[in-house]
Amino acid sequence: MPRKKHQAAGSAHRLSAWEQIRQSRDSYLLIAPFMLLFVFLTVIPILSAVGLSFTSFNMLETPRFVGWQNYQRMLLGDPIFYTVVKNTLLFAFLTGPISYVLSFLFAWLINETGRLLRTILTAVFYMPVLAGNIYFVWAFLLSGDSYGVINGLLLQLNLIQEPIGWLVDQNYIMGSLMVVQLWMSLGTGFLAFIAGFQSMDRSLFEAGAIDGIHNRWQELWYITLPSMSSQLLFSAVMQIGASFGVSTVITTLVGFPTSQYSADTVVTYIMDVGTTRFEMGYACTIAVFLFVLMFLSNFVISSLLRKFQTE
Amino acid sequence: MKTRTGRSVGGNILMFLFLALFGLFFLLPGLYAAITAFKPANEILVFPPRLFVRRPTFSNFIWLSNLMTDFWVPLSRYLFNSIFLTLVGTVGHILLASMAAYPMAKHRFFGQKVISQTIVLSLLFTASVTYIPQYIILSVSHMIDTYWAVILPAFQSSLGLYLMMNFMNKIPDEMLEAARIDGAKEIRIFWSIVMPNVRPAWLTLMIFSFQSLWNSNGGGFIYNESLKPLPAVMATIAAGGVVRTGATAASALLLMIPPILLFLCSQSRVIETMSTSGLK
Repeated sequence: MPRKKHQAAGSAHRLSAWEQIRQSRDSYLLIAPFMLLFVFLTVIPILSAVGLSFTSFNMLETPRFVGWQNYQRMLLGDPIFYTVVKNTLLFAFLTGPISYVLSFLFAWLINETGRLLRTILTAVFYMPVLAGNIYFVWAFLLSGDSYGVINGLLLQLNLIQEPIGWLVDQNYIMGSLMVVQLWMSLGTGFLAFIAGFQSMDRSLFEAGAIDGIHNRWQELWYITLPSMSSQLLFSAVMQIGASFGVSTVITTLVGFPTSQYSADTVVTYIMDVGTTRFEMGYACTIAVFLFVLMFLSNFVISSLLRKFQTE
Repeated sequence: MKTRTGRSVGGNILMFLFLALFGLFFLLPGLYAAITAFKPANEILVFPPRLFVRRPTFSNFIWLSNLMTDFWVPLSRYLFNSIFLTLVGTVGHILLASMAAYPMAKHRFFGQKVISQTIVLSLLFTASVTYIPQYIILSVSHMIDTYWAVILPAFQSSLGLYLMMNFMNKIPDEMLEAARIDGAKEIRIFWSIVMPNVRPAWLTLMIFSFQSLWNSNGGGFIYNESLKPLPAVMATIAAGGVVRTGATAASALLLMIPPILLFLCSQSRVIETMSTSGLK
């Protein structure tokens, strides 16, 4: 994106690096407060996690260097690790993509409605995120006895003979959590899609109609999708962040940690190792694994979307 | 704009059905909580469960306020904590993010590219993912169990900077150049020209920051009961089990009203800002 060059005074021909920095003093001053905090609370934590992953650290004594020991333990000596990775990947590869597609679909359909309905529907679909704590209500809906709303309905319709422990029974926990996660996953990416549809260039549709676009499906496929590629990428990044970060839903609805870690994700396992057992070194090792996993998914998905964009 | 091509009646009906069905799925849990808040105790535990209330009552709210006065920490203290954290965190975030976004969008300086790439990359790392590393840093700098542990991370949310940056890109350079020719300093241009022109973006940052702080229970960084915000109380009440269903629903209803009202009032501005959110 082209940016206008700003120079405080006169024209700069060949300034030394130091001169350039001095000339941009105002820029640095404005940026400094945010960036100092950002470095302190985002960059340094992530980098120091990499460093601490090679140590044994309990927050009281100074970290002791242990080489690759934590990584060996994670990959070879910790069966729980594979359980939580499996759960995380289920969220990332099932709820993630489903939510992504639904976000797009809802945004598209909402955009087809009139102004008032559009405003209301946007708020309805975004409400679970907006009212951040409301997901606890699922604890009543999915309650394991016959007073649970969903059990009650199913019992009354004779679809089941006895109440199902949606959040207790190992066979149902992950499924229930995925439904709840899906319910509260129409976040920033969804709003970006809504915005993308609303700021579409109308003349493209008119031109398309002349060129032989017959229905809304063709319009979506040939006109809308290609011109929303930047929103598609932004939402994908948001979706990856959200799907790999699933945690509070689990700790609130099922427990912390869940029995035999059957429904824990990498994130809740890191919290367990770190804040319950204070094995910070090992917690950082798992965190580094998560960072690499997220980074790779982001890389793969952005390349796929970029490929789609250029075709 | 009503004369759009290829909108078949069948397609419209299908679309409305689809939206209505999923709309119900997204709406019902919240609605259930809101209605349950007005249910008397004998209507909460019934089989089969009913959505609607027969004899609405305020008893849950009254019970809630009685319950609160019995707490070791008074409700007013939690309320103060919530308002304080949300207000300071949101105002500080908008201010710091806008200050940083202006040079990122409109100046050229050494190191800019690295910063902008780091910001985009950090969009990936949500709060729950960086929780433990952040916990270590906050703990080492003795900020665990202080307001700072919630406020400072909120200040540096990179999504806010990213959105603000993209929105500021839309301000025409000529407008800034004119002010520079008049001899205005950069700080002054930022405050009196850029800021008034990015109001939709402020509102957007406000919504995102407000919803995450207002709904925060301290994010695992606050253990001291007298520093905890309101959602922590709700969790305590909910932990009381089935008998407290009504009171929990009442507290949830009270908690969800402010962010929903705020969003309804600012929705069109938020959408306007998000239209510049695209990643290249």
